Amino acid sequence: MTLNLAHFLVLSGVIFAIGVIGVIIRRNAIIILMSIELMLNAANLALVAFSAYMQDVSGQIFVFFVITVAAAEAAVGLALIVVLFRNRKSVDVDDFNLMKW
Amino acid sequence: MQLILFIIFAVMTIAGAILVISMRSPVSSAIALIFVLFAIAGLFALVGALFIAALQIIVYAGAIMVLFLFIIMLLNLREELISREEKRFSRILGTALGIGFLFEIGLFVRRGLSEGSRALYSQLPYNPSSIEQTSEGLFTRYLFAFEITSILLLVAIVGAIMLARDKDRTER
Repeated sequence: MTLNLAHFLVLSGVIFAIGVIGVIIRRNAIIILMSIELMLNAANLALVAFSAYMQDVSGQIFVFFVITVAAAEAAVGLALIVVLFRNRKSVDVDDFNLMKW
Repeated sequence: MQLILFIIFAVMTIAGAILVISMRSPVSSAIALIFVLFAIAGLFALVGALFIAALQIIVYAGAIMVLFLFIIMLLNLREELISREEKRFSRILGTALGIGFLFEIGLFVRRGLSEGSRALYSQLPYNPSSIEQTSEGLFTRYLFAFEITSILLLVAIVGAIMLARDKDRTER
């Protein structure tokens, strides 16, 4: 048995699913952001595996862009959390119920 | 050899990812996430994406995670704020949904691989792409996207500052 594309795709799916579970079950906004980073990394892993399989560097360049977008997302997301914490003295997403129902 | 390294990194990644979503304190989660990012960088290096592996460590494990830790320290959450009892129902439902989702992904991967050629099961080559190859694509075919990225980062910086500044203190 040798290392093939299926290994990477399955691992990528597992990491993505763990990220989804984290977003659903955790109530701490910072940990939800970290779970989103996990999902972005799962996508990166699949892109790099396809890039190696296709012998094309385009996949790696896409990963470069995904990392840039993740950096921007983390900066804005954490700024939002800081503002929410300043207003509500909490980072628990159950406390931010103004827009629910 | 490649497969053994893959298994080591995969186990590290999955164990770390489970720790990220199950740790009580955000600082422990952040440390576990740094661990995951290093393991994924190892997986990138394993198939020859050396530039991306370096980028993963420098930008992700370095810059982004420092930002996370910095915010966690800045907010300085009290014990009662982080250790609130999570709702049992949502935890069970979330895990069930996540496992269902994983099953669905597995089904698609399986179908995609069985419909594709058998070559999909041949060995992934270790074919290190040099930084010249990567940057050549980046500055020729994807030059426009690369330039747009700088605007994205500028917007993110301005947005983050606009959001997080203390209005009462800065308005004179």
